[in-house]
Amino acid sequence: MREVTIRDALREALREEMQRDKSVFLLGEDIGRFWGGAFGVTKGLAEEFGDDRVRDTPISESAIVGVGVGAAITGMRPVAEIMFGDLSALAMDQICNQAAKVRYMFGGQAKAPLVVRTPFGAGVNIASHHSQSLEAWFMHTPGLYVAVPSTPFDAKGLLKTAIRGSNPVLFVEHKLLYPLKGLIPDDDYTVPFGVADVKREGRDVTIVATLFMVHKALEAAQQLGMEGISAEVVDPRTLAPLDRQTIVKSVKKTGRLVVVSEDCKTAGVSAEIAAVVAEEALDYLDAPVKRVAEPDTPIPFSPTLEKFVIPDEKKIVKAVKEIV
Amino acid sequence: MIDNLKLLEMYRQMLTIRFFEERVFELYGQNLVPGTIHLYAGEEAVAVGVCANLRRDDFITSTHRGHGHCIAKGARLDKTMAEILGRKTGYCKGKGGSMHIADFNIGMLGATAVVGAGIPIAAGAGLSIKLRGKDQVVACFFGEGASNQGTFHEGINLASVWSLPVVFVCENNLYAMGTRQSRVMAIENVADRAAAYGIQGVVVDGNDVLAVYEAARSAVERARKSEGPTLIECKTYRHKGHSRFDPAAYRPREEVEAWVKRDPIARFQTRLMEESVLTEDEAQKLVQEAKRNVDNATKFATESPFPEGEEALEDVYVVAKEERTGK
Repeated sequence: MREVTIRDALREALREEMQRDKSVFLLGEDIGRFWGGAFGVTKGLAEEFGDDRVRDTPISESAIVGVGVGAAITGMRPVAEIMFGDLSALAMDQICNQAAKVRYMFGGQAKAPLVVRTPFGAGVNIASHHSQSLEAWFMHTPGLYVAVPSTPFDAKGLLKTAIRGSNPVLFVEHKLLYPLKGLIPDDDYTVPFGVADVKREGRDVTIVATLFMVHKALEAAQQLGMEGISAEVVDPRTLAPLDRQTIVKSVKKTGRLVVVSEDCKTAGVSAEIAAVVAEEALDYLDAPVKRVAEPDTPIPFSPTLEKFVIPDEKKIVKAVKEIV
Repeated sequence: MIDNLKLLEMYRQMLTIRFFEERVFELYGQNLVPGTIHLYAGEEAVAVGVCANLRRDDFITSTHRGHGHCIAKGARLDKTMAEILGRKTGYCKGKGGSMHIADFNIGMLGATAVVGAGIPIAAGAGLSIKLRGKDQVVACFFGEGASNQGTFHEGINLASVWSLPVVFVCENNLYAMGTRQSRVMAIENVADRAAAYGIQGVVVDGNDVLAVYEAARSAVERARKSEGPTLIECKTYRHKGHSRFDPAAYRPREEVEAWVKRDPIARFQTRLMEESVLTEDEAQKLVQEAKRNVDNATKFATESPFPEGEEALEDVYVVAKEERTGK
C-alpha cells in the first residue's frame, strides 16, 4: 500500500488503463500538454501517450461528449472531461438522450463505453456556474451509471471499472477532494459498481453520504462518538446502480437515518435514498428520516453565503441529535 | 463513369425506398403504425447517391426521416418494416420505431430524433476510424433545420480541425417542419457555412441522383485519403408533409407541383432510358421486383408478434461482470 492523493489516484487509473487498452483515449478542454486539466488530473499523460490519445478540444461540450458517443459505439473507450460539472448542462442531450439511450433505442445493438469525468461541489467560492452538485440529474437517467468516489482507493478502483465496463458512466469528482490523501494497493485492483462501503460502523444512527460529505459525516460521527452516540457512515460509491441492500441493512440495525447530500434537497439524492428506506425499511425506523442538503438555492459566491447553504459536520450533528 | 449495373442498382434502390414509403403511408392509414412517421419520398436521390459510394464497413448516421438512409445503406426491408410497426422482430426489437432504426452490422449507426444530435456522433465515429488507423468513412445525414443547431457548429468545427473522414450531407428540403428556410436563415445555401470551418462546401441538385453521386464520390475519396470532411448540400423536397398529420398547407401549390415535376426517380428513369441503360420492359420488371420485396417485408412485419411488455426492461444496460448491477 502507498499513500496518494485522489488527483494522483485518478491519473494512475487513466494511465494504467491507457497502457492496458489501446482503445482508451482522453478528450476535453485543456487536458493536454499545455495545461494537464483544470485540476491537473491529466498532467503528464499527453507527454506519455501523445496528443492523439490525450486530445485538447475546442470549448464545445456538446461535441466533446457527442464525439465520445460516436467513438464509443464504434469500438473505442473514450474518457471525456467536462471541466466543471455545471457545464454538463451544455452536453445534456449527448449525455442523457444519446449516450444513455443508444443501447436501448437500438434494441441492444449498441454499446457506449464512454466515461464522462467531471468535478462537482462547492467550497471554493466560484459561485453558481462552477459549484453545483447535479448528481440527481444523471441518476434520473436510465442507461447511465453515476460514480461518486470519496477516497483515493475508491476513485482509482471505480474509474478503472468505469473505463473497462460497457456502459456510459458519469464519473463525478469533488473539487475539494483532489488533494485528499489515502492508501491504495500497489497492484491492479477495481472497485465494483453498486456496492456501498461502510466507512464507519455504528449502532445508533445511519448516516448516508457521498463525495465530500462522506468526510463531513465522518467528522460528525467522531464528535457524536465523544458524546456517546454511535453513528454508522455508509458511502454508496455509485448512485446508479445504487446499493439499496447495504443502506437498508444498516437502517434495520440502527433504526435511524440521516441522509447528507450537497445537492439541492428537492428531488435530490437525499430524496431518493430516503424513499428507498421508506419503501423497504419503514417498520424499522424509530424516528423520522432527516435530510441534510442544500436548501434549494443556486450556490452563492460570498464565503458567508456559501457556507450557509452547504452541509457541514455541525449541521449533521444537529440533525442526528434531533432524532437520537 | 458508373457502370450500368451500378446505375440499375441505384434505380432499384430508389424505387424500393419510394414503394416502401408509400406502403408505410398506407399501413399508417390502416392503424398498423403506432406513433408518427416522417417519410423520405421525394428525397431518394440523396440517400442513394451518397450511399452508392460507401462500403459495407463505412458508417452512416441518420435522422427522424431515416427510412431511406437505412435502405440505401443496405438494411433489410423486413426488419425495418417490423420496427416501424413496433414488432419484436424489428431491428430494435420494437424499442426504437420509425425514428430510431439502426443496423450496426452494416455500419448504420442509428437514427437520432434530436435534430442535429447525430453531427458530433458522426465526428466521433470519424475520430474512431482515425485512431484505429482504418480507411472507413462516415456519411452524416441531416436537414437544413439541423444546420441551425449548435451541434452543427461544434461537430463540423471539430471534424475539420481534426481532419476527420466525415461527409456531412445536408438534405435541404426547404422546410423545418412548417418553417420555410428563408424565415430562419439569412443565407440561401447551407453549404456557404462550410467556409466558416475551412472545409469545402458543395451545392448540388438533390433530385439528381448522379449529381449527388458525383459530389459524394469526391468527398468520400478525400475522406478516405485522410483529407478531411466536406459539406454537401442537396437541394431537395419532401413529397409529403413533415409527419403523418401534416397536410403541408404552408407550401404553395405551385411550389409543390414544380418539385413533383422534378421527381428524382422519374428523372433518373428518363435519363437511363435515353442512354439505353434501361428499357421499358426492364423498368417494369424492376418496379415489380421492388413492389414484391416491399410486399414480402410487409407480410413479415404484419405477421410478426409484438414484444411482451416485460421486454421493456431489457437492454437498458449491458450487464457485464465488471460492473455489478444494483441490488
